[in-house]
Amino acid sequence: MADFPILSVMMLVPLLAAVACLLVEAKAARQIALVATLIDLALGVLLWVNYDIGGAQWQFHENVPLFAGFSWALGIDGIALMLIMLSVFLMPICILASASIEKRVGEYMAAFLLMETLMIGVFAAQDIFLFYIMFEAGLIPMYLIIGIWGGADRIYASYKFFLYTLIGSVLMLIAMLWMVNEAGTTDIPTLMEYNFAPEVQTWLWLAFFASFAVKMPMWPVHTWLPDAHVQAPTAGSVILAGVLLKMGGYGFIRFSLPMFPEASAQFAWLVFALSMVAVIYTSLVALVQNDMKKLIAYSSVAHMAIVTIGLFAFNPQGLEGAMVVMLSHGLVSGALFLCVGVIYDRLHTREIDRYGGLSINMPYYALFFMLFTMASIGLPGTSGFVGEFLSLAGIYQVSSWVALVCTTGIILGAAYMLYLYRRVCFGEQKNADAAAMPDLNRREWWLMAPIAAVVLWMGVYPESFLAPMRADIAVLDARIARAKPESDAQLTAGKPKPANATEHTAHGEAH
Amino acid sequence: MDFVQSFRLAAPEILFSLSGLILLLASAWTRSDRGARVITWLTVVVLVIGGAMIAPALANGASGPDTLAFSALFTASAFAAFAKLLIIAAAAASLVVAPAYFQRLGAYRNEYAVLVLFAVLGMCLMVSSTNLLTLYIGLELNSLAAYVLAAFLRNDDRSAEAGLKYFVLGSLASGILLFGISLTYGFAGTIGYDGIAAALTGKISTGAVFGLVFVFAGLAFKISAVPFHMWTPDVYEGSPTPVTTFFASAPKVAALALTVIVAIEAFGNQIAAWQPIVIFAALASIVIGALGAIGQTNLKRLLAYSSINNVGFLLIGLAAATPQGVAGMLVYLAIYTAMTIGGFVAVLMLKDADGNPVESLADIAGLSRHRKVLAACLAMIMFSLAGIPPLFGFWGKFVVFQAAVEAGNIWLAAIGIAASVIGAFYYLKVVKVMYFDEPAMKAVGQSDWMHQALLGLCAVAISPLGYLLTKPLGEMAATAAGVLFIP
Repeated sequence: MADFPILSVMMLVPLLAAVACLLVEAKAARQIALVATLIDLALGVLLWVNYDIGGAQWQFHENVPLFAGFSWALGIDGIALMLIMLSVFLMPICILASASIEKRVGEYMAAFLLMETLMIGVFAAQDIFLFYIMFEAGLIPMYLIIGIWGGADRIYASYKFFLYTLIGSVLMLIAMLWMVNEAGTTDIPTLMEYNFAPEVQTWLWLAFFASFAVKMPMWPVHTWLPDAHVQAPTAGSVILAGVLLKMGGYGFIRFSLPMFPEASAQFAWLVFALSMVAVIYTSLVALVQNDMKKLIAYSSVAHMAIVTIGLFAFNPQGLEGAMVVMLSHGLVSGALFLCVGVIYDRLHTREIDRYGGLSINMPYYALFFMLFTMASIGLPGTSGFVGEFLSLAGIYQVSSWVALVCTTGIILGAAYMLYLYRRVCFGEQKNADAAAMPDLNRREWWLMAPIAAVVLWMGVYPESFLAPMRADIAVLDARIARAKPESDAQLTAGKPKPANATEHTAHGEAH
Repeated sequence: MDFVQSFRLAAPEILFSLSGLILLLASAWTRSDRGARVITWLTVVVLVIGGAMIAPALANGASGPDTLAFSALFTASAFAAFAKLLIIAAAAASLVVAPAYFQRLGAYRNEYAVLVLFAVLGMCLMVSSTNLLTLYIGLELNSLAAYVLAAFLRNDDRSAEAGLKYFVLGSLASGILLFGISLTYGFAGTIGYDGIAAALTGKISTGAVFGLVFVFAGLAFKISAVPFHMWTPDVYEGSPTPVTTFFASAPKVAALALTVIVAIEAFGNQIAAWQPIVIFAALASIVIGALGAIGQTNLKRLLAYSSINNVGFLLIGLAAATPQGVAGMLVYLAIYTAMTIGGFVAVLMLKDADGNPVESLADIAGLSRHRKVLAACLAMIMFSLAGIPPLFGFWGKFVVFQAAVEAGNIWLAAIGIAASVIGAFYYLKVVKVMYFDEPAMKAVGQSDWMHQALLGLCAVAISPLGYLLTKPLGEMAATAAGVLFIP
């Protein structure tokens, strides 16, 4: 096992399958894509089983100096492992969910498989430029997926997606060039331990922030997301929400925090402010949507805001919470998009008012939809609860105000999700065509059931998912401890504080 | 003067001139398409032989006095060899694509290949120059051949117009350059680059600055950098497409290499004087090249603006004024040559059912449905020109920006790369038209196998496989660039 380049193989399998899909016709392409993604899932399970929890920080290391200036360096820690698992788990589901794609199937499957290669590459890259190449390259297949197989307004959405994310990323490249020139290495683990001067950290942090904030997305640069989600085909939305958004969070956790701890602390107020606005504002926007996909897209922005506050809480709870929210959101929002896709395939509309009373004619569908709705809200027992609770517990140690505002967002989240569920599944069957829709077929069961199982697993026993990441989060926490912002809620029980406590609060917020 | 050594060093150029003369004579006696084809292929053979003679200079990193010929009027350095090999490759590519194009129009004549050969000779002199006179002779030899080539379809109004425009504006630029040369000579007292560098040190007089500015203005015209770019779209559009392929690649390489030589060798002690000019030209070219392209509906015009845009990125490498910057430029030039040849060959391959060329953007709508491979190659070239990884075009931008950052030009790099996003917009537009729009079913004609092979070669070179070349390419470019910085 030690010498088997499993990460390269995991990237190679979908790549070869993508080429094969271009050469064969529709039916064969579907089969090739499904088989390739299942092989990758199996390899992913193998990866997880062989991952030594508590062992070396970086495992499955590969390094081939193939290129000038950077090398083919791969390796994972627990954080990357979990995100790779998320990617390989969602991919076969995406392929299965694409049954309604009729035109240019071979190219479609090729684009998705290429996407899988690049996603694994992003999470496994150990060379900063290799990371950048993988990170940027993902734009091409996604642009094609939205533009070719998307909805009516797909061209606008594809441009917006591409140009928004591109302009965010290019400045990051300049920052990376500067860092490599300064530190003299392109190796990410080395760079994570390199101490840049605090005053340059500010600029570098901002350059990285430009990229990750767009990718995440954070308010106010989130506007590409609703367009892209609404116009993308179902599987495209699943990948976009499930994995691509996580690249932003992964970027923060892999680059911004460990490489620029001082700047991260310096700008924590900015992240908090934007996240607070995002939680409240996008939740309110979600509340008034008539388009199901748009509603879920806005809810994604709100959930990602919970991720960012958890990340910048500078404590293990917050970081672990942020990671679990990312994983959970990847599953849940993906599942919700699949739920929309199921009824969209039947009625070809995403308008909420066209449905109603689906729990009568589609009871199993309503059950799954209910589960994912509850997970999105964060009901205890589902994956959503674990992550949100940890994140908010983490941020509460730093700032009770931020915690208060963001918790309000959770309540709003419950409001819009329950409102959506009521309108779609409960009430009268006011539309005859919606009332005549058949329940889930076998293929759709295969889409829903695995995700539902994992959502419950993560909700009931999150330790399986937290254990591989714990050591890495501890390392990260130790790394950023020196810049930890002062908390406004020091729980020093018993000792009465002097009267200047309010001043202290303002101080804590300002950092 | 050691004649043996001189003739040995200049052997490729002597081969080109003798072959050119012989083939010109031979042309006078053959007046058929078949004869023209034979002459074209003979020219390609001559170019390949010349390339084989030049290659060793690059491999052994030729530099110093051993490379000087004819009393130091000519140098066969590694830098010159790198540029010459690119020029020869580009010229050979534009020769092999020509027969299929011209034959259909009944306009294939023997002189095409001969003119290209003379242009190559001129360009080789340009990049081998060690003084302003060799520079000027090379430049004019190239330009005169190019003017005729632009007007090669003499029954076609657009071609004639392109030739005339190119000639008038090109002469003006040559005049500006010559004026700059005369001023520089007047103030430096010599035309040799070494002598100029020695004479112009420290604070220089206003007259010498004028000379420098005029020399750079003349060169900026030849590389079509903003604000001297106006001729490019018209000439590229009007010229026959094989000729445009040639213009966008070989002379561009030669003129850029020449600019580097003049900037680093002749004015190497006046970096502070020319750096602002280069920085302005770089940023202006990136922005104007990108904005100008947005409204274009003709593919050749679009690619013309794209070449202006790319010159801007290349100049960012020169603005660094370091060996890394020049090496980055050379790497970029090599990749740019592959992209641009691929782009124009793809345009050559677009034909309607009757075999007439299709050049408008609207006509390639939905190309991905009926010409899958061609559309995929063109899309790759577009993404590559936009500098999106994992395509190889990204690497070109990467190395020049890396050099800029290493040289401390961080703001230049940041502004330049942010402006590259504007360019991405119109490259995406081409992809959008080919992939997202409903098929117009215009470009349905079959293409020549030679074009297919060349496009395939370019597509492979700019695909992610190209990254495997980064090491050898980087080493060669570093050797070549290092030659210029030997004091």
